[in-house]
Amino acid sequence: MTTLCAREVRAGYDHREVLRGIDLDAGPGEIVALVGPNGAGKSTLLRVLAGLVRPTSGSVMIDGVDIATLDRAAVARHIAVVPQIFETLFPFTVREVVTLGRTSRMGTLGLLSAGDALAVRRALEELDSLDLAERRIDRISGGERQRAVLAMALAQEAEVLLLDEPTAHLDPAHQRAALEHVARLARERGLVVVAVLHDLNLASALASRVVVLDDGAVVRDGDPREVITAALVHEVFGPGLTVIAHEGRPFVLPAAQTAAERASRSAQVDAI
Amino acid sequence: MRTTVVFTILMAALVVSAAAGVFIGAVAIGPGDVLGALLGTDSTSGTIIRELRLPRVLGAALVGGALAGAGTLLQGLLRNPLADPFVTGTSAGASLGAVIAVALGASAAIVPLAAFAGAIAAITLVWRLARLGGGTTVLTVLLAGVVHTSFAGAIVTLILVSSDRLALRLRAVLGWLQGGVSVISWSELAVAAAVIAVGIAAAVLLAPRIDAYAFGEETAAALGINLDRTTGAVLATTALLTGAAVAIAGLVGFVGLVIPHALRFVLGATHRRLLIASFPAGAAALVLADLGARTMLAPAELPVGVITGIIGAPFFLVLLVRSRRVIV
Repeated sequence: MTTLCAREVRAGYDHREVLRGIDLDAGPGEIVALVGPNGAGKSTLLRVLAGLVRPTSGSVMIDGVDIATLDRAAVARHIAVVPQIFETLFPFTVREVVTLGRTSRMGTLGLLSAGDALAVRRALEELDSLDLAERRIDRISGGERQRAVLAMALAQEAEVLLLDEPTAHLDPAHQRAALEHVARLARERGLVVVAVLHDLNLASALASRVVVLDDGAVVRDGDPREVITAALVHEVFGPGLTVIAHEGRPFVLPAAQTAAERASRSAQVDAI
Repeated sequence: MRTTVVFTILMAALVVSAAAGVFIGAVAIGPGDVLGALLGTDSTSGTIIRELRLPRVLGAALVGGALAGAGTLLQGLLRNPLADPFVTGTSAGASLGAVIAVALGASAAIVPLAAFAGAIAAITLVWRLARLGGGTTVLTVLLAGVVHTSFAGAIVTLILVSSDRLALRLRAVLGWLQGGVSVISWSELAVAAAVIAVGIAAAVLLAPRIDAYAFGEETAAALGINLDRTTGAVLATTALLTGAAVAIAGLVGFVGLVIPHALRFVLGATHRRLLIASFPAGAAALVLADLGARTMLAPAELPVGVITGIIGAPFFLVLLVRSRRVIV
């Protein structure tokens, strides 16, 4: 059973400390949503977990092994990252893109085995993308492209799947579909999933755990129903939001203007 | 299947253009005499064929193949379909290295080495400049290339004018700088062929790793690429191919730009396929361009760089306009 854990992680860029001592554990089948206001350090934490940014102190361990001691290819065999950017000017086919997921298993000659082809096929199948395989990545829809890069990460056959704003460019239906795929994979393959999510409601609907980051530190970590409360949202994200319960889950909405706000606004307009 | 067909066509094109390059020239030599010369009959036409046309055709083929390979590498690494050794200033850096070596009186064997050193310095500089703003964008690469080409060109002119050794051969050096494959000895050819063979082999080995750069460097790293090592190897290989090409033929532009582009159109984006195909394609293209260069105004000769420039520059502009839509 694979676990991913961060211990006392501090990290930053050019003397600006972004993460100030993060502890995080994630186990198989879990979907951990990293949420928090802009600049809280979510993306940096994800990159540290992926081994793409070296922590200035502390460590990230996969099954007890510090990933700083592994080479890039070894890390990639354990940890897959779904990229946020999946635009390319080159006419790769979807199958070729998914095959990139096998890069870490390539030998010096860069040849792929029958096993690699099988893993690619399986990843395409699991995301219902087999029919897209020979289509060009730059000629399919945003939702289809999202599935293609998810399949690419899946083809890595890593136990840990990290996603940074995986649904940033998708409409609401595709956002949910993409995360539903991820949730199913976490269950079926026992993957450890950590996703940076901007949308608290997606986190609430699909994550098994929510970790709230604020100013480079974890301020809450737990079940979405316990974490996403009016008090926390006010404390971390500020005023103007309200939390309601829907089908047993908390959802965050922009609060309607109060009578006082409306009055002050119309007063401002009058003054102009 | 399609790949096999394309490779067959390219190889056939290379053979046909090479044959055309040997059989056709400013001095009319009958096909029978050409064959006789190739088989070793001693005569004036034999000398023309063996010592002028054949090395020239082989030289053009090597230069074209090397530049197309270097262009494919650069485009893949920079994720930039507008990059090639010429527009990034790599060729200019190589020419500066070569000119310095010649001005210092270095032997012929040192010149390709100096060109390689110049190319690697130039490409490293361009790579660094292009990354100043974070990621490499298409336009910063091109601007870095422009700056570099002007700078290297200015230094080259300065050396040409101030060096007595070069002033005597100004015309020859200028002809070479414009891109010419006219004066090539068999020994120069052998050195270039060996270097280019190593370069192409390294490029083909690196190719699948270059594919992983398609979605940016960070994604490449996440896929398991050691960025420093792979980027360094790709840049060094590009410099090797560019240096060898420039040492033979000076500044031949746009072959490295046009060939990968045209091939990507028929073969798709995977770099191993592109790199294997780019050698015969680039070779055939430059052999034909050189044939045009020496027959169009015969008995006068055009530098082959003039031909590739006339064809390549408008092609580049069309690409630039078309890609503006996608590029930030």
